[in-house]
Amino acid sequence: MSIRIAVGEGSCGLAAGAAAVYEALSAKLDGSEAVSLGVTGCVGACFLEPIVDLYAEDGTLYRCVRVNAEGAETIADAALTGDLTKLEPLLISGEDDGFLKRQTRIALRNCGVIDPERIEDYVAAGGYRALRRCLTELTPEQVIEEVKISGLAGRGGAGFPTWFKWNAARSSPGEEKYLICNADEGDPGAFMDRAVIESDPHNLIEGMLIGAYAIGAREAVVYVRAEYPLAIVRLREAIRQAEAAGYIGENVFGTEFSCRIRIKAGAGAFVCGEETALIESLEGKRGMPRLKPPFPAQAGYWHKPSNINNVETFANVPWILAHGGAEFAKYGVEGCRGTKVFAVTGKVRRGGLVEVPMGVTLRDVIFGIAGGIRDGKAFKAVQLGGPSGGCIPASLLDTVIDYKSLSATGAIMGSGGMVVMDEDTCMVGIARFFLDFTTRESCGKCVHCRIGTKRLGEILSRIVSGKGREGDVELLEELCAAVKDGALCGLGQTAPNPVLSTIRYFRDEYEAHIRDHRCPAKECRLLLRYSIDETKCVGCSACARKCPAKAISGELRRSFTIDPDCCVRCGACLTACRFGAVNVE
Amino acid sequence: MPDSTTPALDLTPLEPVLDEYAAVPGSLITILQKTQELYGYLPMDALYRIAEATGSSPAQVLGTASFYSQFRFKPMGKHLILLCKGTACHVNGADAITLAVMNELDVANGDTTEDGLFSLSLVACLGCCSLAPVMMIDERTYGRLTPDKARQILRDIRKEEQA
Repeated sequence: MSIRIAVGEGSCGLAAGAAAVYEALSAKLDGSEAVSLGVTGCVGACFLEPIVDLYAEDGTLYRCVRVNAEGAETIADAALTGDLTKLEPLLISGEDDGFLKRQTRIALRNCGVIDPERIEDYVAAGGYRALRRCLTELTPEQVIEEVKISGLAGRGGAGFPTWFKWNAARSSPGEEKYLICNADEGDPGAFMDRAVIESDPHNLIEGMLIGAYAIGAREAVVYVRAEYPLAIVRLREAIRQAEAAGYIGENVFGTEFSCRIRIKAGAGAFVCGEETALIESLEGKRGMPRLKPPFPAQAGYWHKPSNINNVETFANVPWILAHGGAEFAKYGVEGCRGTKVFAVTGKVRRGGLVEVPMGVTLRDVIFGIAGGIRDGKAFKAVQLGGPSGGCIPASLLDTVIDYKSLSATGAIMGSGGMVVMDEDTCMVGIARFFLDFTTRESCGKCVHCRIGTKRLGEILSRIVSGKGREGDVELLEELCAAVKDGALCGLGQTAPNPVLSTIRYFRDEYEAHIRDHRCPAKECRLLLRYSIDETKCVGCSACARKCPAKAISGELRRSFTIDPDCCVRCGACLTACRFGAVNVE
Repeated sequence: MPDSTTPALDLTPLEPVLDEYAAVPGSLITILQKTQELYGYLPMDALYRIAEATGSSPAQVLGTASFYSQFRFKPMGKHLILLCKGTACHVNGADAITLAVMNELDVANGDTTEDGLFSLSLVACLGCCSLAPVMMIDERTYGRLTPDKARQILRDIRKEEQA
């Protein structure tokens, strides 16, 4: 075997400059026959992008990280001369490698390993064997039974048993049934579905085909959000390849099973992650949730029995059918089996995709795998579940990751967004951030959600701008309860969670804003007071020159002062000062 | 009705799209997406034509279009800036980036600069959370931004345009 080089070209890798690295490698290798150059998806170690993997002739992996154009030259040089010691300065550190080594990968097993644009790579990695087994050896009922044994539950957030939904759709009367994949990953802070589609699209396709066989659907649709152009391109190509190879189409593997898969691009609406809203959108209408029942399994897309699962749920299915449900159930804890992918971001040292068995603790993920907080700051909270979830404080870091334990904290498992915050993040600000989001994204159908989120947002805005009133916290709590009760769908029912969980654990921060007009995290701009420490100021005027409001005056080489009435609290002086003379309170 | 003082829009490029999709149930969003690809935005005249061809009321068509954040009703600048306001970006200082971009270009969210060079759109999440804060200009993503870096990127594009 010759030397093989693969450049990680997921969206993150490309944003970090992977395309330029690929070009540099390609130019330098100049069509050399001894070295093959290709691409791969995202391995999930986003903090190390761009990543280039070099496989030596004996198959040993040399993983080069944070590669720039110069690094690309080194890699090409090493590959051409066969002197792999040259790679030394680029190699991943043992500590960083631990980020990947300490994970348990089922849904992400091929991500960053195979070339997502080549079906041959997926097949070589064991792909489409589970589908063959299902179609040629198992009845649909047996497939559902295997999924039941595995304990797989909906990874989009709700955690509903997958077999139950499949079974309900299968048992619904009617010839025409639909299978739908929810790839409308709208939770800001989650990107595992994008990574699966970009890095291992055939895994999704195989999972969907198995699901379609199980419920008896001849047509499947993937609803992908429009913000993921690369995912759409890769999925479209993968569908084309799978059609050409006969996995999608008529009489797959010579059996009675026929199915086609098409892509529908979303148009940007968070509520479309809700399954009945998604169906409305698929039908070309405003994405407004329907009243349940009837459930989609009875009357869904075009009022036919339909089954909707999330991308990550489908990504587990081929593995389960290849290895057996019992093998999957070995991971996790009672009532919560298998693994979960988290998108760990925010103030952590090592951010990216982390797949761990259910039952590990938040501390294991944030400190064990992601390396804790960067820049020597202190951990304050972790936000789970996005706009429907909540903030979990340091005292609960040993909470076990399963649906029940996380819900007990006031957060939720959600789709797996895990945004880590340090001492500089204002908790009232975070609650307002999410309410801003849900206010904009509320479809407007239910009064409590449409107006309630707006009022919640207004009260929070008032608090962060120093105009909070006594009793605002109680008012928020009362309104939250009303919105939860009065909303039809998950968006409205969970929209108050970010407010309630921050009040529950960080009530003192709310009170500091309201009573003392002070933001303990020093984040709320309008509550900050900038001043210059005379003893440290050398009178260089750097701050005065940067000040957009001309609020700083003084005498050169003596000292400067800030006029608080003119100050717009932009912080330009703070970044401009090289002597640490600007104070913020 | 469309304003009679503006020149009539050339609807001929839209016809092949309507031929393909108008009769397919549930295709309205696809038609709107293709229309926006053609014109860069959704002109009122086109929306009336779509309503007529699909047998829906203009209110249904506009109601659907206005529901989704992807659709624009005003022509767009030459470069579209998608500025991420996702959670990870928020925690990493997206507000300061937003302020810097708005001040540098003197535009509000959803508007276009006077010279027609840039349109600014604040978006929920671009999914590049590990590179936060991020913005996407045309199809290119810029990560790990600081206010200065963001300003510099815009100035570089402007310089390139003037050259």
